[in-house]
Amino acid sequence: MAADYAYVLFFLIIGALFVVFNIDILSRLIRPSKPNPTKLSTYECGEDPIGGPWLRIHVRYYLFALVFIIFAVETVFLFPWAIVYRSLGLFAFVEMMIFIVILLIGLAYAWATGALEWV
Amino acid sequence: MPGTYNPADVLQALPEVFLASVALIVLVLSFAAPARRGWMETLSIGGVVGTGVLLVWAAVPLFQPGGSPVSVFSGSYLVDKFAIFFKVVFLIATLLVILMSIDYLPLVGVPVGEFYAILLFSTVGMMFIASGGNLLTLYIGLETMSISIYILCGFLKRDQKSNEAALKYLLMGAFSSGVILYGISLLYGLTGALGFEEIAATLATIDLSNPALLLAMVMLTAGFGFKIAIVPFHMYLPDVYEGAPTAVTAFLAVASEAAGVAALLRVFLGAMPHIQVDWTVLFWILAALTMTIGNVVAMAQRNIKRMLAYSSIAHIGYVLIGFVAGAKLGISAVLFYVLVYAFMTAGAFAMVILLQTETVKGDLIEDFAGLGQVKPIAAAAMVIFLLSLTGIPPTAGFVGKFYLFSAAISAGYVWLTLIAVINTAISLFYYMRVAMVMYMGEAPEGLALSSSRPLHAAVAFAVLGTLGIGIFPQWFLKIAQASVFGLLP
Repeated sequence: MAADYAYVLFFLIIGALFVVFNIDILSRLIRPSKPNPTKLSTYECGEDPIGGPWLRIHVRYYLFALVFIIFAVETVFLFPWAIVYRSLGLFAFVEMMIFIVILLIGLAYAWATGALEWV
Repeated sequence: MPGTYNPADVLQALPEVFLASVALIVLVLSFAAPARRGWMETLSIGGVVGTGVLLVWAAVPLFQPGGSPVSVFSGSYLVDKFAIFFKVVFLIATLLVILMSIDYLPLVGVPVGEFYAILLFSTVGMMFIASGGNLLTLYIGLETMSISIYILCGFLKRDQKSNEAALKYLLMGAFSSGVILYGISLLYGLTGALGFEEIAATLATIDLSNPALLLAMVMLTAGFGFKIAIVPFHMYLPDVYEGAPTAVTAFLAVASEAAGVAALLRVFLGAMPHIQVDWTVLFWILAALTMTIGNVVAMAQRNIKRMLAYSSIAHIGYVLIGFVAGAKLGISAVLFYVLVYAFMTAGAFAMVILLQTETVKGDLIEDFAGLGQVKPIAAAAMVIFLLSLTGIPPTAGFVGKFYLFSAAISAGYVWLTLIAVINTAISLFYYMRVAMVMYMGEAPEGLALSSSRPLHAAVAFAVLGTLGIGIFPQWFLKIAQASVFGLLP
């Protein structure tokens, strides 16, 4: 039982060494180093950055982030469900619909209480 | 049969499904028909009562001779007497809290909207804890319950203390959940199973001196210790109790603690009976510490909610005595005490709410001054709760303590019982101080009580429970004893 975990430990150590070796040692040796101002600027989808990257993010993003996460997690459930859908049949369909309806109630709640408004 | 699942399994979980559906309907009503707010309270009460009916209906075959527990969803959900017993306690607590909240929420300016829906979701989580057949179901139930309660604690949005309570509880709760998960993962790593029965079966075959097993046990003890506030994991509790809206405090003190005890019993008795020797020693020490520190610190409190917080810590200490004593006698005493505790503590918090009006906050012990002369019936109800909390006949608290202590004595834990008896004497001081203030103190001008009918009903129900169980304990004890069977081999 404990020996099985030795593999995990072994894997962890090798993985850590791999990362450290490649990023810190190997790449430093073989990469060319030609910095210029454009290269050193913050990447902002190709635009010229305005202001520093260490901005305060407004708290109202938080609500959107929450709603976003809920539906992201919904997708995580939907993918495996879609893959085994044929073998599970009607029962799985009904179950997933119940799940989606519960999430929709959540969305309706967020909508009705104004969580989706940009105030 | 792992891996197979049967749509008919859902029928076994009908009480939870029903309550969750009612909670969803209440949630929809809260934003779809805000003008008809009175409906939400009625619907919530109807949901709780309906769930109770479904539970009793499910319990009838179980309590008949030859009735055997049912395990569905590949063993992750159990319907046994133990689960039903705790679920009934949760429903009683929820019902009392809803009755307390109906007029309290508008008074303190809590948005009624989501309150009942979240309260019911929390209850559904508790019911899943009681029915959990494996560690994950139990954990998810625990999270459903806790996350809902974090929100409820912070419902007084403009009140700093309420915010503090919610944040403290969230941080401590998240941390303790992490510790529980760590314990679960260790246990899973050692046994390769999540189901309580499978874990117990595997533990019977492997070397029990493995330090990882001890670590898992300690992690689970610490995690559940946070949830039910065993000393030394109790630091956050008084602040949370003080800051949360009083109705939520009552819910925390009664339902959430009961759910924690249910989880503790499920995990330790269900999955780890083979190392009972180890955890008995641990819980012996924790029980003694919890009782003593809870009672001693309660003496110094001026705020009644803080006093009741320390008192609830002390009561968890008493409950642990039964847990240490083990066997059918000890565990049935634990179950019985949880029921008793629900009535008397909910009653005491209902009295705090009763005292709160638009002008008086009512959470200081001085606020009870003169109640005995001005409002004799209310004062008498409070005295009954205080006597019960102390453990004086003819109240339920006495019977509960009597069974706990006699279980401990018959299991040979004389010293622990002695500590508990000394603690009971200590607790007499601070409980009776409230009674003294009520009868000897001078009533302030225009002392008024809440005129809320549902709140009066809650107090009456709690008095009825406290006295009823105290005078006729046999029937309740028989049920508690029968409910243990689902658990022990």
